[in-house]
Amino acid sequence: MPQTNEQAGNAPILSVSGLDLHYGEAHALKNVNLDMARHQVTAFIGPSGCGKSTLLRCFNRMNDLVESARIEGSIRFNGDEINGPSTDVITLRRKIGMVFQQSNPFPKSIYENIVYGLRIAGVNDKATLDETVERSLKSTAIWNEVKDRLNDSALGLSGGQAQRICIARAIAVNPEIILMDEPCSALDPISTLKIEELIEELKSKYTIVIVTHNMQQAARVSDVTAFFYLGELIEAGGTRKIFTNPEKKQTEDYITGRFG
Amino acid sequence: MKKFWKSGEPYVLASGASLAIMLVMTLALAGVIMSNGLGYFWPRALVKLEQKDGSFALGQVMQKENNPISGIRRLQLKVGNRDVFGQDFRWVDEQDIVSRTMPADAVLLERREHGNYFGFLQGVTADGLTLTAATPYEKLQQGLKLVSAKLDDTAKIKKQMSNLNYTAESLRLKLLKLEYSGKEKNAAEIGEVTAVREKALAEFTALNEQFATIQAGIGTVTAQFTDVTGAGKDIALVDIITLQRPNSMSLFAKCGAYLERLRELLLDDPRESNTEGGLFPAIFGTVMMVMLMSVFSLPFGVIAAIYLREYAREGLMTRMVRIAVNNLAGVPSIVYGVFGLGFFVYGVGGSIDSLFFPERLPTPTFGTGGILWSSLTLALLTVPVVIVATEESLASIPKGIREGSLALGATKFQTLTKNLLPMATPGIMTGLILSMARAAGEVAPLMIVGVVKLAPTLPFDTNFPFFHMERKFMHLGFHIYDVGFQSPNVEAAKPMVYVTTMLLLAIVVVASSTAIYLRNRMRKKYTTSTF
Repeated sequence: MPQTNEQAGNAPILSVSGLDLHYGEAHALKNVNLDMARHQVTAFIGPSGCGKSTLLRCFNRMNDLVESARIEGSIRFNGDEINGPSTDVITLRRKIGMVFQQSNPFPKSIYENIVYGLRIAGVNDKATLDETVERSLKSTAIWNEVKDRLNDSALGLSGGQAQRICIARAIAVNPEIILMDEPCSALDPISTLKIEELIEELKSKYTIVIVTHNMQQAARVSDVTAFFYLGELIEAGGTRKIFTNPEKKQTEDYITGRFG
Repeated sequence: MKKFWKSGEPYVLASGASLAIMLVMTLALAGVIMSNGLGYFWPRALVKLEQKDGSFALGQVMQKENNPISGIRRLQLKVGNRDVFGQDFRWVDEQDIVSRTMPADAVLLERREHGNYFGFLQGVTADGLTLTAATPYEKLQQGLKLVSAKLDDTAKIKKQMSNLNYTAESLRLKLLKLEYSGKEKNAAEIGEVTAVREKALAEFTALNEQFATIQAGIGTVTAQFTDVTGAGKDIALVDIITLQRPNSMSLFAKCGAYLERLRELLLDDPRESNTEGGLFPAIFGTVMMVMLMSVFSLPFGVIAAIYLREYAREGLMTRMVRIAVNNLAGVPSIVYGVFGLGFFVYGVGGSIDSLFFPERLPTPTFGTGGILWSSLTLALLTVPVVIVATEESLASIPKGIREGSLALGATKFQTLTKNLLPMATPGIMTGLILSMARAAGEVAPLMIVGVVKLAPTLPFDTNFPFFHMERKFMHLGFHIYDVGFQSPNVEAAKPMVYVTTMLLLAIVVVASSTAIYLRNRMRKKYTTSTF
């Protein structure tokens, strides 16, 4: 099992062991073992179709939506089995937030977008909602841009703004982990930079797992990098080590651009 | 040349042309209906024709055409006086006409029976009325006013009578029920109810006598007319609905008469086996039936579509259901009518009767056609449209919205109610618009599940429980068929067909426009929906 936890003694917040996932006949993840440490940014890299997004979607059980998906092995969140029969998927998703590749603001006002998670959890106290909106928008550094138009539709925002609103929406329910599925792939460089700065800041409060195609991005924002290829975890370790001195040949080939 | 075909330009032109043709045809149809329908109410001049053989004719020129056999130019004259001449319309060859005049004193009477009367006023027999006016025409106007005031009194009595009648009828049904559940057991109550009923019937008889006296009193007030041939005719003032001298009416007065006719059309009951008078019961019946239909088909369709799209596992079963739903939309509507008759009327209605109203049998209550069964039958007919539209609009919602909502810890149901349904609403509205338009125009199935030529009462009134779902009703579409093709006096009914068609179109347009307006407002809110 690759050692990913750099700070010994700190129990991993997410721990994957012996995970296999099939989509019908296709074997999408093969015997993946990986630990993710608290308050760290873990980046998943690898060519398209290597299973990195699939693994990410296992963490908040989004694969439940795919009927043909079949999961074996174990994923533990704070020591509890995610796929266990006693796990409440609603609670799990509230603790493990997710940001998608395409920003997906709801066709509601900015305010309602942010408080969506709270409202469905039954929170309707105006003061709490207002406070949450301000806190989440401030922590995603978009407060100054939208504070005067909180009641406007979120569909009128630019791509970068919309993506930050989506991050703010995920933060609003106070998750422990934020999963990001290629959050910058549809954004321009300036918006990407802003999101990357944001990830740096959010790290102190949340654990972040990010899937990215952009190796520079992985190198810039992550503490730990995991390289996947054809459903297998090839190598995982400290980002600096992976990028400067990878153990496996395949990793080196990918990072140096020889394939992928 | 090859390049021209390759460029796709001809196809664009062809599609544009076909669209234009469709548009022109639709507009032309609407135009024909509008001009014929709206023009009908305009007070036309009364023309007096002198013919070669020395005879005279008085009437309104309805149309001119070449005789299809002889090719001679002829005009159609509405001569009225059906009771005298035997027919309202006559063709006159133009070459036979010696002179045309428009006598200023020619009067047009709309009568309660026998259609219009065209002629000349001779005098008024003011039997029991004091008429102070100088000229006979003014006397007649004054007399009509006095008579209509008295008729208003009789209308009040009539209303009371119908209420009493309703009470007596419900008491009779109550009696039936009591007798059915045990004559000896309920003897005391039967006695009571019988007494109350007897009292109501006695009141009814008294009112009826009062009514007869008033009517007899005003029935003797007559006016004397002569028609164009010189024959005299006495007409009771109570039989006259409107009095006009179209040849001496100012434009303003004509507009007034026009608006009055429109009002009558929209708010009054039909007369003369539906060829005259208003269309209110048919308008009301159509609107209420369409609304009831929407109330049934919308929730059912939406729920079915949600289940099919969001919950049902994709497989052979759902595919078959979907095919069945699509095919339902193609079943001839008369088949729905027969199904409605068998299932709703005889099956469900018959069971309701035997369970809840056994005392009334063999007289059916729900076991006969009615507005409820008609609405349900049409709901069945239109529910596929709602299902397909809802499914399509749910399918067009981006996956990201669902995932985003679920990833925030929403349940499937919360995602559905908070996000998907609001976003699908414009599409659902589209389905509703289509189904309403379809239901409003459907006649065939209604003919066997509840529409009648003349319904004595509306399905909604002030008597508890206000909505009388078991009642039969009138419908504009059926009215078109009935007036246009079942009427004994087809020529006289022709304008009514246009007017009815126009109203039916207007109802569909108004209903659709309202729904489209609402949809556009929603669409602005949820712009990601592409439907």
